[in-house]
Amino acid sequence: MNDSASNPLAPPQSKGAPRSLSIAMLGSGGSGVMTAGQQLLDAAGQAGWYGMMTRSSGPQIRGGEAAALLRLSPQPVETHKGRFDILLAIDWLNADRFVGEITLDSNSVVIGDVGGKVPEAISAMGGRYMELPLSELAKGISGGRPNMVALGALAQLIGLPLEALEKGLTKSLAKKGEAAIEASMAGVRAGIEQASAIPDIPPFRIDANSQRERWSITGNEAAGLGAIRGGVRFVAAYPITPGTEVLEWLAPNLKKVGGVLVQAEDELASINQLIGGSFGGTPSLTATSGPGLALMIESIGLAVASETPVVIVDVMRGGPSTGIPTKSEQSDLNIALYGLHGDAPHIVVAPMSIGDCLFTTQWATHLAETLQTAAIVLSDQSLGQTRALIDRPADIAFVSGGRKITRQAEDFRRYVVNESGVSPMSIPGTPGCQYTADGLEHSPTGTPSSRAEDHIQQLNKRKRKLDRFDYGSHWAKVEGEGDIAVLTWGSSTGPVSEAIDMLAAEGRKVRLVSMRLLLPAQPERLAAALAGVTRTLVVEQCHGAQFYHYLRAHYDLPGELRSMAVPGPLMIRPDDVYSELKAWEHL
Amino acid sequence: MENANSCPSLKPNEYKSGTKPVWCPGCGDYSVLLSITKAMSELNLEPENVALVSGIGCSSRLPAYLNVYGFHAVHGRALPVATGLKVSRPDLTVLAAGGDGDGFSIGGNHFMHACRRNVDMTYIVMDNQVYGMTKGQASPTTDPDWDKSKLTPGGTKINPYYPLVIALASGANFIARASSTDPNGAAKVLVDAIRHPGFSFVHMLSPCVTFRPEQKEWKKMVRPAPVEPTTDAAVAAKRLMTDDNFFLGTLYKGNRPAYQPELKSTVEHLSELEQGFIL
Repeated sequence: MNDSASNPLAPPQSKGAPRSLSIAMLGSGGSGVMTAGQQLLDAAGQAGWYGMMTRSSGPQIRGGEAAALLRLSPQPVETHKGRFDILLAIDWLNADRFVGEITLDSNSVVIGDVGGKVPEAISAMGGRYMELPLSELAKGISGGRPNMVALGALAQLIGLPLEALEKGLTKSLAKKGEAAIEASMAGVRAGIEQASAIPDIPPFRIDANSQRERWSITGNEAAGLGAIRGGVRFVAAYPITPGTEVLEWLAPNLKKVGGVLVQAEDELASINQLIGGSFGGTPSLTATSGPGLALMIESIGLAVASETPVVIVDVMRGGPSTGIPTKSEQSDLNIALYGLHGDAPHIVVAPMSIGDCLFTTQWATHLAETLQTAAIVLSDQSLGQTRALIDRPADIAFVSGGRKITRQAEDFRRYVVNESGVSPMSIPGTPGCQYTADGLEHSPTGTPSSRAEDHIQQLNKRKRKLDRFDYGSHWAKVEGEGDIAVLTWGSSTGPVSEAIDMLAAEGRKVRLVSMRLLLPAQPERLAAALAGVTRTLVVEQCHGAQFYHYLRAHYDLPGELRSMAVPGPLMIRPDDVYSELKAWEHL
Repeated sequence: MENANSCPSLKPNEYKSGTKPVWCPGCGDYSVLLSITKAMSELNLEPENVALVSGIGCSSRLPAYLNVYGFHAVHGRALPVATGLKVSRPDLTVLAAGGDGDGFSIGGNHFMHACRRNVDMTYIVMDNQVYGMTKGQASPTTDPDWDKSKLTPGGTKINPYYPLVIALASGANFIARASSTDPNGAAKVLVDAIRHPGFSFVHMLSPCVTFRPEQKEWKKMVRPAPVEPTTDAAVAAKRLMTDDNFFLGTLYKGNRPAYQPELKSTVEHLSELEQGFIL
């Protein structure tokens, strides 16, 4: 039960935050919940809505329990709410595993198949229970499946037009043929009919009809597109959950643009293949997750020392070790920032939404190429594997500041010490500019050197090129005003931003600072963003408060500081941040 | 490959950078350096169209001594760097080089997969059966009873690794042995290896005069293989498994096509990639 009258810290219902509907579909593996969820999202898109869908399942390949978590809205949404309006289960096998992820209250509706037994943990949360003959109706249709009946019933409950479902289904089942489309549509129609007979349906309907060009995209796909827009034409990688979809999207698409993806034998090979590709003049990128990043670390240092641009997209998951591969966490921050041996200045950036995976990956590629260094992009499972309906991301073209040379140059010295710190980089094939790239410390010509003078000059140069660069307004998202601020990064930005909107609806102003650029640190910019702030809440999905400690190490922060550091696998929800702020504010 | 990267001939010496090697006097690697320059001269390669990638170790210092593009990478990773370079720049002539520890121990997995992947490059492993740069420890090719290392008192008691057999089993397309004690013969093998499409592996005997002085005897033990190179993997397997490690020459020439994806754009504009996302 969620009663805002009796509990002053309880978040308000749909005030401030986007008016939206949250739907959870559960079923055992193979029951088709993911397919049905995907089609519900597609149909919502066809009807002019926005929304997102997260796949939640265990580590097993098939079987076990699966959940499709959807949030649909007339406006773009970047996070789930903890509370769900509708929970529909195709079956209840192991459904109680999702209790921590799904909150219901007395206004929720719970739908199950006839004769199913709702687990105690779910019925205890409240909500109105109703049964629909999902399997019985499916049995009456040739090729019919309960998940399509469920899809029709949900569409009817939330007011999605039949044409939108039909358009979505026709598109996604085009390859399976007419018969498959007809069987699915028959199931959908049966579900619609069944649900329209339910009396007294709660007012779930939302009206939306965006006319803008919208995309259906996951964070992993967006990162892939960002890479190609940034000029990446060579990718080497080793499969790993939850980063693999970046590679699966890139493999066919790189081919179309004259690039190539090589599946390497391990992550040691993939990072070093990138270094080779980049040395040859081709912008190069890989995608991985924590364990893969750990394996790559030594050679990321080689990229830094040899000043060879490379981009590593780390789609973070729960750690340490194998951890929780299918769930999100922001706990690779330390290794990305500090994992390299020696003094190795490099770039660390983080996308703050699914759509932003595109921009941030493109920007990271631009920075790596321009500054001739390694750039690590910290995405995570919740961004990477969630599909969202978003407005078409803007086309952004960066002017390359790289100093690659392909024509003979006078007095070429690959590691020449200059004011910008960025030296000319000749591309093999360029006559008269041959050099040996080296992970050994070197002189300006690249000759190995252990002289103190060469070491300090090259250390200064590699630091200076990052410090002097103007990162512009891309370094962070800074919004709002007031003397309370929330400082966050990456996927925690969505729930924080929505919590701030909830407070704004109550007339309370809270500032948001979400940092896209984590290395090199930007102390002057952050000081300006926090001017006048007396209290700052630091929000991150990480047990060790790595972001909080990073801030303490690199920045002078004004006023009182509080850390909200929550480990995965459960996502931080807007309500959690709202309650934390309310508790601190004593409002 | 018969290659496009040829030019009016440079003398072998003109492929050297002039940087003085760090190697001990008498090291076999000086002679390997000479053989590589002879091979490049023979093939009329333009220095700017050649890249030599190495790992870490005495022999891996080689790139800095040549006037071609070079990459002195980290320990064990020469092959992946060379792979990434060649796949994305098929126009270049790519060589990889290093020692037995670099290639067969820390880089062993890459060796197997480079053979299997069959990218068009030549890999030269200077084998002296010892880690020289760290002052004399046993490597994967060291005999089990070699007891001069403090790290393995009494010897390793582990049988050595047979790189040529592993190369064949893993799919290398060209397998040869050469020796630093015969620079002209080695240069000839290298010319052959560079010309052959796909992954060419050259096992280069190169004595370590400091930690394995007994290897000075190798020059008396090496001799040309009494057979022509075979294209039959089964014949090669028998040959390589019964050979005494001192037969020189090209021993196997496969005819598998090299791995080289076509790098050709088929779209006019990047927006074509976005079509799948549009609702």
